[in-house]
Amino acid sequence: MRLVEQYQAAMVRLAQVYVRDRAVAEEVAQDAWVAVLKSLRQFEGRSSFKTWLFHILVNAARTRSQRERRSVPFSALASDDEGVLGDEPSVAPERFRPADAPYAGGWGALPQLWDALPEASADNRETRERIAAAIERLPASQQSVIRLRDIEGYSADDVCKMLDISEGNQRVLLHRARSRVRQALESYFAED
Amino acid sequence: MQELTCKELVELVTAYFEDALPADERLRFERHVSVCPGCSAYMEQMRQTITLVGELREQDVSPTAEQQLLQAFRGWKRDET
Repeated sequence: MRLVEQYQAAMVRLAQVYVRDRAVAEEVAQDAWVAVLKSLRQFEGRSSFKTWLFHILVNAARTRSQRERRSVPFSALASDDEGVLGDEPSVAPERFRPADAPYAGGWGALPQLWDALPEASADNRETRERIAAAIERLPASQQSVIRLRDIEGYSADDVCKMLDISEGNQRVLLHRARSRVRQALESYFAED
Repeated sequence: MQELTCKELVELVTAYFEDALPADERLRFERHVSVCPGCSAYMEQMRQTITLVGELREQDVSPTAEQQLLQAFRGWKRDET
Protein backbone atom coordinates (compact mmCIF):
# COMPACT_ATOMS: atom_id res chain seq x y z
CA MET A 1 0.00 0.00 0.00
CA ARG A 2 2.94 2.29 0.47
CA LEU A 3 3.35 2.29 -3.30
CA VAL A 4 -0.16 3.68 -3.66
CA GLU A 5 0.30 6.35 -1.00
CA GLN A 6 3.55 7.40 -2.56
CA TYR A 7 2.07 8.08 -5.97
CA GLN A 8 -1.61 8.76 -5.37
CA ALA A 9 -1.45 12.48 -4.59
CA ALA A 10 0.78 13.19 -7.58
CA MET A 11 -1.42 11.10 -9.86
CA VAL A 12 -4.62 12.85 -8.82
CA ARG A 13 -2.96 16.22 -9.22
CA LEU A 14 -1.67 15.35 -12.66
CA ALA A 15 -5.04 13.95 -13.75
CA GLN A 16 -6.59 17.24 -12.65
CA VAL A 17 -4.51 19.04 -15.23
CA TYR A 18 -6.65 17.33 -17.87
CA VAL A 19 -10.02 16.87 -16.15
CA ARG A 20 -10.09 19.77 -13.65
CA ASP A 21 -12.74 18.24 -11.37
CA ARG A 22 -11.06 16.58 -8.39
CA ALA A 23 -13.61 13.78 -8.02
CA VAL A 24 -13.24 12.89 -11.70
CA ALA A 25 -9.44 13.06 -11.32
CA GLU A 26 -9.63 10.57 -8.44
CA GLU A 27 -11.66 8.25 -10.65
CA VAL A 28 -9.06 8.56 -13.40
CA ALA A 29 -6.29 7.71 -10.93
CA GLN A 30 -8.23 4.69 -9.80
CA ASP A 31 -8.79 3.58 -13.42
CA ALA A 32 -5.07 3.93 -13.99
CA TRP A 33 -4.26 1.71 -10.98
CA VAL A 34 -6.67 -0.94 -12.25
CA ALA A 35 -5.08 -0.77 -15.72
CA VAL A 36 -1.64 -1.08 -14.14
CA LEU A 37 -2.61 -4.14 -12.10
CA LYS A 38 -4.20 -5.80 -15.10
CA SER A 39 -1.15 -5.34 -17.29
CA LEU A 40 1.51 -5.83 -14.62
CA ARG A 41 2.62 -9.03 -16.33
CA GLN A 42 3.22 -7.08 -19.55
CA PHE A 43 5.46 -4.58 -17.80
CA GLU A 44 8.79 -5.80 -19.06
CA GLY A 45 10.90 -3.31 -17.18
CA ARG A 46 11.83 -1.40 -20.33
CA SER A 47 11.24 1.85 -18.50
CA SER A 48 10.99 2.51 -14.79
CA PHE A 49 7.76 1.59 -13.03
CA LYS A 50 7.07 5.24 -12.27
CA THR A 51 7.40 6.26 -15.91
CA TRP A 52 5.10 3.47 -17.01
CA LEU A 53 2.56 4.27 -14.30
CA PHE A 54 2.39 7.94 -15.21
CA HIS A 55 2.20 7.15 -18.91
CA ILE A 56 -0.90 5.06 -18.22
CA LEU A 57 -2.29 7.77 -15.98
CA VAL A 58 -1.82 10.52 -18.57
CA ASN A 59 -3.47 8.43 -21.29
CA ALA A 60 -6.40 7.69 -19.00
CA ALA A 61 -6.72 11.38 -18.14
CA ARG A 62 -6.56 12.51 -21.76
CA THR A 63 -9.16 9.94 -22.81
CA ARG A 64 -11.46 10.92 -19.99
CA SER A 65 -11.02 14.61 -20.76
CA GLN A 66 -12.03 14.02 -24.38
CA ARG A 67 -15.11 12.14 -23.22
CA GLU A 68 -16.04 14.95 -20.81
CA ARG A 69 -15.51 17.51 -23.53
CA ARG A 70 -18.15 15.96 -25.75
CA SER A 71 -20.78 16.45 -23.08
CA VAL A 72 -19.87 20.01 -22.14
CA PRO A 73 -20.47 23.13 -24.27
CA PHE A 74 -17.33 23.85 -26.26
CA SER A 75 -17.01 27.43 -25.07
CA ALA A 76 -16.71 26.35 -21.45
CA LEU A 77 -13.43 24.54 -21.98
CA ALA A 78 -9.92 25.78 -22.63
CA SER A 79 -8.07 24.06 -25.41
CA ASP A 80 -5.04 22.15 -24.29
CA ASP A 81 -3.42 22.60 -27.68
CA GLU A 82 -2.37 26.10 -26.71
CA GLY A 83 0.68 24.74 -25.01
CA VAL A 84 2.94 24.44 -27.96
CA LEU A 85 1.36 26.05 -31.01
CA GLY A 86 2.39 29.45 -32.24
CA ASP A 87 4.64 32.08 -30.78
CA GLU A 88 4.82 32.86 -27.13
CA PRO A 89 7.51 35.36 -26.12
CA SER A 90 8.96 34.53 -22.70
CA VAL A 91 8.91 38.17 -21.70
CA ALA A 92 6.53 40.89 -22.89
CA PRO A 93 8.17 42.52 -25.95
CA GLU A 94 7.68 46.02 -24.53
CA ARG A 95 10.23 45.22 -21.80
CA PHE A 96 12.94 45.54 -24.45
CA ARG A 97 14.19 48.49 -26.45
CA PRO A 98 12.65 48.67 -29.93
CA ALA A 99 14.49 47.58 -33.08
CA ASP A 100 15.13 51.12 -34.32
CA ALA A 101 16.42 52.47 -30.99
CA PRO A 102 19.96 52.43 -29.57
CA TYR A 103 20.73 49.14 -27.74
CA ALA A 104 17.93 47.49 -29.72
CA GLY A 105 16.71 44.33 -28.01
CA GLY A 106 18.24 45.34 -24.69
CA TRP A 107 16.32 45.57 -21.44
CA GLY A 108 14.31 48.74 -20.83
CA ALA A 109 13.67 48.62 -17.08
CA LEU A 110 16.02 46.03 -15.58
CA PRO A 111 14.59 42.93 -13.88
CA GLN A 112 14.87 43.20 -10.11
CA LEU A 113 16.73 40.91 -7.78
CA TRP A 114 14.29 39.17 -5.47
CA ASP A 115 16.83 38.23 -2.79
CA ALA A 116 16.00 41.14 -0.53
CA LEU A 117 12.26 40.47 -0.65
CA PRO A 118 10.76 38.59 2.31
CA GLU A 119 7.86 37.47 0.08
CA ALA A 120 10.25 35.60 -2.21
CA SER A 121 10.25 32.54 0.01
CA ALA A 122 8.33 29.28 -0.04
CA ASP A 123 7.48 29.91 3.61
CA ASN A 124 5.29 32.77 2.49
CA ARG A 125 1.78 31.40 2.05
CA GLU A 126 0.62 34.05 -0.40
CA THR A 127 3.62 33.38 -2.60
CA ARG A 128 2.81 29.67 -2.68
CA GLU A 129 -0.81 30.47 -3.52
CA ARG A 130 0.22 32.77 -6.35
CA ILE A 131 2.52 30.12 -7.78
CA ALA A 132 -0.17 27.44 -7.49
CA ALA A 133 -2.68 29.73 -9.19
CA ALA A 134 -0.24 30.56 -11.98
CA ILE A 135 0.41 26.87 -12.57
CA GLU A 136 -3.29 26.07 -12.60
CA ARG A 137 -3.85 28.71 -15.28
CA LEU A 138 -1.37 27.07 -17.63
CA PRO A 139 -2.58 25.13 -20.66
CA ALA A 140 -2.69 21.39 -19.89
CA SER A 141 0.43 20.49 -21.85
CA GLN A 142 2.56 23.18 -20.19
CA GLN A 143 1.10 22.42 -16.79
CA SER A 144 1.82 18.72 -16.91
CA VAL A 145 5.43 19.31 -17.93
CA ILE A 146 6.19 21.81 -15.17
CA ARG A 147 4.49 19.60 -12.58
CA LEU A 148 6.38 16.49 -13.61
CA ARG A 149 9.75 18.25 -14.03
CA ASP A 150 9.84 20.91 -11.34
CA ILE A 151 7.44 19.61 -8.68
CA GLU A 152 7.74 15.83 -9.04
CA GLY A 153 11.38 16.03 -10.15
CA TYR A 154 11.27 13.57 -13.05
CA SER A 155 13.95 13.74 -15.71
CA ALA A 156 13.36 15.22 -19.16
CA ASP A 157 13.68 11.75 -20.62
CA ASP A 158 11.05 10.28 -18.27
CA VAL A 159 8.64 13.13 -18.93
CA CYS A 160 8.92 12.67 -22.69
CA LYS A 161 7.96 9.02 -22.22
CA MET A 162 5.12 9.78 -19.83
CA LEU A 163 3.58 12.39 -22.09
CA ASP A 164 4.60 10.89 -25.45
CA ILE A 165 6.32 14.04 -26.66
CA SER A 166 9.68 14.82 -28.25
CA GLU A 167 12.60 16.30 -26.33
CA GLY A 168 12.28 19.57 -28.23
CA ASN A 169 8.58 19.78 -27.52
CA GLN A 170 9.13 19.09 -23.85
CA ARG A 171 11.69 21.85 -23.60
CA VAL A 172 9.43 24.40 -25.29
CA LEU A 173 6.56 23.52 -22.95
CA LEU A 174 8.80 23.71 -19.88
CA HIS A 175 10.22 27.02 -21.01
CA ARG A 176 6.82 28.56 -21.59
CA ALA A 177 5.43 27.27 -18.32
CA ARG A 178 8.34 28.57 -16.28
CA SER A 179 8.26 31.91 -18.09
CA ARG A 180 4.60 32.40 -17.26
CA VAL A 181 5.15 31.53 -13.62
CA ARG A 182 8.11 33.88 -13.42
CA GLN A 183 5.96 36.63 -14.90
CA ALA A 184 3.22 35.99 -12.34
CA LEU A 185 5.75 36.21 -9.52
CA GLU A 186 7.29 39.37 -10.92
CA SER A 187 3.86 41.01 -11.08
CA TYR A 188 3.06 39.89 -7.54
CA PHE A 189 6.33 41.18 -6.10
CA ALA A 190 5.80 44.49 -7.87
CA GLU A 191 2.49 45.04 -6.10
CA ASP A 192 2.49 47.40 -3.16
CA MET B 1 29.65 35.52 -34.43
CA GLN B 2 26.95 38.08 -33.77
CA GLU B 3 26.23 39.03 -30.19
CA LEU B 4 22.96 37.97 -28.58
CA THR B 5 20.44 40.62 -27.62
CA CYS B 6 18.71 40.39 -24.25
CA LYS B 7 15.45 39.77 -26.04
CA GLU B 8 16.99 36.74 -27.77
CA LEU B 9 18.75 35.52 -24.66
CA VAL B 10 15.62 35.15 -22.53
CA GLU B 11 14.30 32.65 -25.07
CA LEU B 12 17.35 30.44 -24.51
CA VAL B 13 17.39 30.27 -20.72
CA THR B 14 15.69 26.90 -20.33
CA ALA B 15 17.84 25.33 -23.04
CA TYR B 16 20.87 26.67 -21.18
CA PHE B 17 19.75 25.19 -17.84
CA GLU B 18 19.06 21.88 -19.59
CA ASP B 19 22.55 21.89 -21.07
CA ALA B 20 20.98 21.71 -24.52
CA LEU B 21 22.76 24.60 -26.21
CA PRO B 22 25.47 23.75 -28.73
CA ALA B 23 28.94 24.72 -27.47
CA ASP B 24 29.32 27.92 -29.47
CA GLU B 25 25.88 29.17 -28.53
CA ARG B 26 26.53 28.40 -24.88
CA LEU B 27 29.67 30.54 -25.03
CA ARG B 28 27.76 33.42 -26.60
CA PHE B 29 25.12 33.06 -23.89
CA GLU B 30 27.61 33.04 -21.02
CA ARG B 31 29.57 35.92 -22.46
CA HIS B 32 26.44 38.04 -22.70
CA VAL B 33 25.27 37.22 -19.16
CA SER B 34 28.70 38.02 -17.70
CA VAL B 35 28.45 41.62 -18.92
CA CYS B 36 24.68 42.19 -18.66
CA PRO B 37 23.15 42.93 -15.24
CA GLY B 38 19.62 42.74 -16.70
CA CYS B 39 20.02 39.20 -18.02
CA SER B 40 21.98 38.17 -14.96
CA ALA B 41 19.06 39.28 -12.78
CA TYR B 42 16.58 37.59 -15.11
CA MET B 43 18.42 34.27 -14.85
CA GLU B 44 18.40 34.59 -11.08
CA GLN B 45 14.65 35.18 -11.21
CA MET B 46 14.21 32.04 -13.30
CA ARG B 47 16.35 30.00 -10.89
CA GLN B 48 14.30 31.24 -7.97
CA THR B 49 11.07 30.53 -9.82
CA ILE B 50 12.16 26.93 -10.36
CA THR B 51 13.15 26.58 -6.70
CA LEU B 52 9.88 28.06 -5.43
CA VAL B 53 7.82 25.85 -7.75
CA GLY B 54 9.72 22.86 -6.42
CA GLU B 55 8.74 23.70 -2.87
CA LEU B 56 4.98 23.57 -3.46
CA ARG B 57 3.39 20.99 -1.23
CA GLU B 58 1.13 18.36 -2.70
CA GLN B 59 -2.41 18.15 -1.39
CA ASP B 60 -3.29 15.14 0.71
CA VAL B 61 -5.29 12.23 -0.66
CA SER B 62 -8.96 12.53 0.24
CA PRO B 63 -10.07 9.73 2.65
CA THR B 64 -12.90 8.51 0.39
CA ALA B 65 -10.65 8.06 -2.60
CA GLU B 66 -8.15 6.06 -0.57
CA GLN B 67 -10.92 3.75 0.68
CA GLN B 68 -12.13 3.11 -2.87
CA LEU B 69 -8.60 2.40 -3.95
CA LEU B 70 -8.05 -0.10 -1.15
CA GLN B 71 -11.25 -1.89 -2.14
CA ALA B 72 -10.16 -2.08 -5.75
CA PHE B 73 -6.84 -3.54 -4.57
CA ARG B 74 -8.48 -6.17 -2.40
CA GLY B 75 -10.78 -7.12 -5.26
CA TRP B 76 -7.78 -7.59 -7.52
CA LYS B 77 -5.87 -9.63 -4.96
CA ARG B 78 -8.86 -11.88 -4.45
CA ASP B 79 -9.24 -12.45 -8.18
CA GLU B 80 -5.58 -13.26 -8.55
CA THR B 81 -5.44 -15.99 -5.89
